Amino acid sequence: MTVQDFIQIILFLGILTILTPVLGNYMYKIFTGRRHFMVTVLGWPEKLIYRLTGIDPYEETNWRVYTFNLIMFNLVGLLLLFAIQLLQSKLPLNPAGLPNVPWHSAFNTAVSFMTNTNWQGYAGETTLSYLVQMTGLTVQNYVSAATGIAVLLALIRGISRRSTDMLGNFWTDLIRSILYILLPLSILLACILAGQGVVQNFKEYETIHTLEGAGQVLPMGPAASQIAIKQLGTNGGGFFNANSSHPYENPTPLTNFLELLAILLIPAALTYTFGKMVGSTRQGWTIFIVMLILFISGLAISLFSEYSAHTIFGNIPLMEGKETRVGITSSVLWSISTTSASNGSVNAMLDSFSPISGMLAMINIMLGEVIFGGVGAGLYGMVIFIILTVFIAGLMVGRTPEYLGKKIESFEVKMAIVAILVPNMVIQIFSAFASISVPGISSLNNAGPHGLSEILYAYSSAAGNNGSAFAGLNANTLFYNLTLGLGMLAGRFGVIIPVLAIAGTMAKKKITPESSGTFRTDNWLFVCLLIAVIIIIGGLAHFPALSLGPIVEHLLMNNGMTF
Amino acid sequence: MKSLLRTVIIFLILTILTGIIYPLLVTGIVQLLFPEKANGSLIVKGNKICGSELIGQQFDSLAYFSSRPSSVLYNPLPSGGSNYGLTNRKLVNLVTERKNKFIVSNYLDTLTVIPSEMLFASASGLDPHISPEAALLQVKRIVKYRGFSPEQRDKLSDLIKKLTEEPQFHLLGQARINVFLLNLSLDTIK
Repeated sequence: MTVQDFIQIILFLGILTILTPVLGNYMYKIFTGRRHFMVTVLGWPEKLIYRLTGIDPYEETNWRVYTFNLIMFNLVGLLLLFAIQLLQSKLPLNPAGLPNVPWHSAFNTAVSFMTNTNWQGYAGETTLSYLVQMTGLTVQNYVSAATGIAVLLALIRGISRRSTDMLGNFWTDLIRSILYILLPLSILLACILAGQGVVQNFKEYETIHTLEGAGQVLPMGPAASQIAIKQLGTNGGGFFNANSSHPYENPTPLTNFLELLAILLIPAALTYTFGKMVGSTRQGWTIFIVMLILFISGLAISLFSEYSAHTIFGNIPLMEGKETRVGITSSVLWSISTTSASNGSVNAMLDSFSPISGMLAMINIMLGEVIFGGVGAGLYGMVIFIILTVFIAGLMVGRTPEYLGKKIESFEVKMAIVAILVPNMVIQIFSAFASISVPGISSLNNAGPHGLSEILYAYSSAAGNNGSAFAGLNANTLFYNLTLGLGMLAGRFGVIIPVLAIAGTMAKKKITPESSGTFRTDNWLFVCLLIAVIIIIGGLAHFPALSLGPIVEHLLMNNGMTF
Repeated sequence: MKSLLRTVIIFLILTILTGIIYPLLVTGIVQLLFPEKANGSLIVKGNKICGSELIGQQFDSLAYFSSRPSSVLYNPLPSGGSNYGLTNRKLVNLVTERKNKFIVSNYLDTLTVIPSEMLFASASGLDPHISPEAALLQVKRIVKYRGFSPEQRDKLSDLIKKLTEEPQFHLLGQARINVFLLNLSLDTIK
């Protein structure tokens, strides 16, 4: 690593930290209905939408209605996306003349984008028309991110309100997130990206003759608009198969830096919004610091592994599956960011990373993507871990656990356990099943322990709604499309429903005034406890599987073994 | 039933907003501001399009600088990497093979350290760049194959210097050279 590499990392984390209170405060104003100039500018479409749909923005609902509206909305989106893929060849904006998508692939893709996973079993440029990419995928990029924010807002209201049933209005949360946050940021980012060379047009694919006279077909399409929201909404689904390593998605070091920043921007800023909304920015910064410590630890180990001497290739830098304009440091930084968040876009092929670097990406997902995490999803996942931490701390000192004045009782703890267990069970059970079944194994691209890593990564990615992959695994088969689709559904709603249930019961409670006996949740002791709980509860369950995959591969590789 | 209908209407309105208005608005803005970039950074030679500045091309001829190895042979439909793990024997063999080939075809000493991007395939399979070092190692072959005079050789060295892109803002990324643009200019050396 050079000095310049370190400067790039420090610059990245520095800008992220500076933007956190700026954007966080803006989102606080939007979500609490305070006056803001953006509301004056963009207020009329909001009012127009309410008029057209008959939504009363001041009407609030309890958690059951909130959850019902959320699930209905996502179900409608799922079915429409499924349908337009099946009918693609009959619909307009298909200049490449692509055929209808097979049903199991269409199911997988529809679930994948609806759940904010953006796992891609298909290759964009040879599978989906411009119409599906725009009105199907881009739309889901927005609404799935906004759904995540809505769940978080309901949870924050549950924590900060007292003696009430009401958690807010799902529709206004959804619409405001899109209109005031995701849309303006995406327009800005998309224009910058296109200025650097990301394609944005509706032309036919360009057939050219290379300097040597061979034919080459250059794919086109409205990519910049989709890539902006794919990063900002922690979606991650590429317009092209090679995702953000494709020169048309990520043409320069500047686009690489900005896209990287866009991945973590909103999740990081939401910690500040959280602090403001619960009445103590210190609480928000505590969470931010926990996330930052976990992030830097993972990054350090991953960089160390990737830059270590690899005798098997004569100690040369590992450029397999990496782009020259990006380089190794930014590839590793991206892999840690995209898996900390539930983004899942890649600018280098994770399958070809050193085993330990690949494992770090996997661990970030297995921990529940709470290190900044998905838009909304990361922070509500973190609150789940906070509930467990205060519960465990309460057990240790023999007091009723509390968080921000709310008593944590058996129902909340049970729900928190469900939210942690469901994704973890999906990872373990589905991976175990796939690795002993014929259709599971026949899709592998690599033999030996790396093959197990491919399977383990796929189900982690699905259950964590991440979407990145050890992409050698051929997942576009009936078996993987269906099992991964189910895994994504369980991983999304197996967490959202318990979180909303916790929000519902928390809102009903009174707030106990702070006293000298209150266990503080905004100091360094709590930071350490929370990190320990995340690693022990979230990570340790996967240690046996990881030791059979990447860890044993690392040891064998250092002994010169190949498969 | 009423709530289902309302949900569908809301979804359709959001589809129009984010799936139609948003991409069209962005397309309009960038087609106005940066039409060349937004249309694929295409390069015209004579009166024909001969490639994109951003998309690499396969160069098999000894008269041209070689691009990085590509697992899709620079065919963008679809793009992608090899996805070989480091313990995959195929990868180990490929690296040895590419190394030998690079040394022999460029008349290099067997102990030359070859920049690793020339031994490993890129992520997209379309990487247009190599390091300036990797370009310099190929100069001898180009000069020999094209029968360049010492003067032309100097022109080639200047060209490599001129086309080397420094890190953006002297900060982001690393020094690199675009093989396609290099070969395009190489043909103009008379």
